[in-house]
Parts: sequence; structure tokens; C-alpha cells
Amino acid sequence: MPTVPHRLVTIIAERILRDRLVEAVHRLGATGHTLTDVQGEGTRHAQSSAALGRSVKIEAVVTADVAERIVAHVAERYFEHHSLIVYFQDVEVVRGSKYAPQNEGV
Amino acid sequence: MADVLLASLLSPVVLAFVLGILAVVVRSDLEIPEPLYQALSIYLLLAIGLKGGKALSETPLAEVVWPVLGTLLLGIVTPIIAYNVLRRLGGFDRTNAAALAAHYGSVSAVTFIAAQTVAALAGTPSEGFMPALVAVLEVPAIVVGLLIAYARGERAGSWQEALREVVTGRSIVLLVGGMAIGWVAGADGMKPVEPFFVAGFQGALTLFLLDMGMSAARRLRDLKSVGVFLIGFGVLMPIVHGALGVWVGLSSGLSVGGAAVLGAMVSSASYIAAPAAVRVGLPEANPAYYLTASLGITFPFNLTLGIPLYLALAQAWGG
Repeated sequence: MPTVPHRLVTIIAERILRDRLVEAVHRLGATGHTLTDVQGEGTRHAQSSAALGRSVKIEAVVTADVAERIVAHVAERYFEHHSLIVYFQDVEVVRGSKYAPQNEGV
Repeated sequence: MADVLLASLLSPVVLAFVLGILAVVVRSDLEIPEPLYQALSIYLLLAIGLKGGKALSETPLAEVVWPVLGTLLLGIVTPIIAYNVLRRLGGFDRTNAAALAAHYGSVSAVTFIAAQTVAALAGTPSEGFMPALVAVLEVPAIVVGLLIAYARGERAGSWQEALREVVTGRSIVLLVGGMAIGWVAGADGMKPVEPFFVAGFQGALTLFLLDMGMSAARRLRDLKSVGVFLIGFGVLMPIVHGALGVWVGLSSGLSVGGAAVLGAMVSSASYIAAPAAVRVGLPEANPAYYLTASLGITFPFNLTLGIPLYLALAQAWGG
């Protein structure tokens, strides 16, 4: 089956940012996302707690442009004061047109 | 006083809290799953809302008005006191002082429930409509805390989003929603759900306190980083606020038990609504300060010594 190169963007963030990040990921052009509750500890020391909830992992398969936009948005808005990380990796997907931003056509 | 203190310290609820602490100290593999914690907190908040609503439907409005106004006033005054103590005596910066003030002005629902239990145990039960006061006390202090911080220039967070977080947060939705349901249903309508929400309540609370003990013990890891001042603040500020709450309670016409419970509410520091709102509104504030102080210091203090103290004050001033 033919595959198309795309990017898998992953954001791991404190719970409180969940809805805002999901909204932003879609606004910036993702056509879908996957959400998982995760646990861990980073440089700001486990801020996940009973009071603030588990951390969340948001993943989305997007085009290269959209991946750049998401990373830039997250870095600008949240890096300074919030605990979160963002990264992307190259992936090969089938049905490539599924992931193109809808507002730009397929 | 000694009897109440002993009975309170040896209640299953407090002992479960101690067991939770011990489990962390000995590194037990005991873990309360997060969904159970969420389910228990939903159950407890909805149950106190329902009970309060039912009581409210049986209480004449005139009896509730003064306690509500007194509570509202306390919700505005206590964060201002806490802020000034932290700024002037503690040398905290504006952001962290405002964040802590929001927590110490707001209320911990579990402290409220524990105080209600102790007051009833001592033979001076509090008024049935007290949950309405919890709802009244929860929001204003968080707003005042954020206002103090936002009045001083640019902020990284969003004030509107933080306000939305408080008003639509789970504790307000469940408390106020539960009260509306209990009020509409009345005593007769509540009967079918009471076996679940009333009979199971103390058991669920015991399980919840086991989890709280574990959370509190984990916060104690951060105790060194918060400093001696905040540890002292976490014990002394509740006593001042608690005494103020007892006095306002008695002055507004509450019974001895009601005034003691109001004292415990005012003395307590929020750890559900305030952390969420402050994290959104004041992301620059260090969560280690407010979570450790409210959950690691003030909550255990109130649960063990604070509540019997407020009850003794209420008995001395109002008895």
C-alpha cells in the first residue's frame, strides 16, 4: 500500500492546558487528535498531583506546515510558565489526504 | 475539649488519613487509582450539595441571610489579610502572595465535612444549610486573589479563563447543582437516594481521606523548599481566620456548632478549586508553595487540632 510522509506531533502537558491545547491543535490545521492520560516527571518536578490532575499527551498526525505552526504556537504561549514538552517525528501514513488541513483543501 | 479532641483524633476518618501518610512513608505499593479519587470527590461534593439543598428547602430565608452575608464578607477579607501577612512579614513577591491568598481565603470541602462530623460528635450539630455557605465562601477569595495580582500590570495568564475555571469548576457545579436538586426534591423526593448518598457518606469520606493522607505525605517532600515562614503561616493563619470565622458565625446568629464549622471553613485552604484557577490565572506562581501549604500543612493541622480548637472557641464565646 502506498504511503505518504507526514509528521506526528506530540505534546505532553499539565492537565489544566488540555482543552486549550486540543483547541489550538485543531485551529492550526490538525484534522484529528489522540488524547492519553500520562504520568511522569520533568524539570519542573512532578506537578501532576491530586489537585491538578494527571498530565496529558496529545498526538496528531499533520502536514509539515501544520507541525511547525503547532510547535511555534506552543513554544510562544506556554514554555515560559507551564510544564509541557512538544516534539514531532516523521511518520509514513496511508490515506495521506485524510490529514491535510481542511480549510486549505485536499 | 480534651474529650472532643480525643474522639476526633481517633475517628476512622482521621486515622485513615494517618494510614495514608504511613503508606507513603513506608513506601507501600498502595495506590488509589485516579478515577476512584475523582469518583469519590464527585460523590462527596454532590452528597453535601443534596443534603444542603434539602435543609435549605426547610429553612426560612431570614435565618440564612445573615450567615450568607457574613460568609461573603469573610471570603473578601481573609485573602486580603493573608496577602498582607505574606507580603509584609513573609517577604513573598506579589504573584506568589496573591496565589497563596486565593487559597487561604477559599475553602476546603473536606475540612468542612470533617468539622461537621466533629461538631455533631460533640453534641452541637451545625445548621443543615451550611453547604450553602461553602458555595458562597469558595469563589470570592479566588477572585480577590486574582484581582490583587492583576491590578499590578501584565500577567502571563488569562483572568477571564481563570474566572471561568472557578465558576464552572467541578466543586461549584456539584455543590450548587446538588443544592438545586435537593431543594427542588425536598425531604420526600430525597428519600429514594438517601440510602446511597447519606448512609454511604462517612465510608466514602474515610476512603477519600486515605487518599488525602497519601497526597499530603507526598507534598511533604517539598517542605524544605517552601521555607520555615510558610510552615508557620500554614498553622497560624488558619487559627486567626478560624477565630474570625467563629466570631462572625456567632454574630450572624449561627449556633455554637454552626459557628465552629464556619470557623473551620474560613480557616481552611482550598485544594481543588483554587489550584486549578490559580494555575490558569497566575501560571507564574510556584505551585510548590500553595499546594504544599494548603495540602501538606494546613489541611493536616485543621483535621487534627484546628477543628477541636474552633469548636472550643465557639463553646467559650457562644456557650
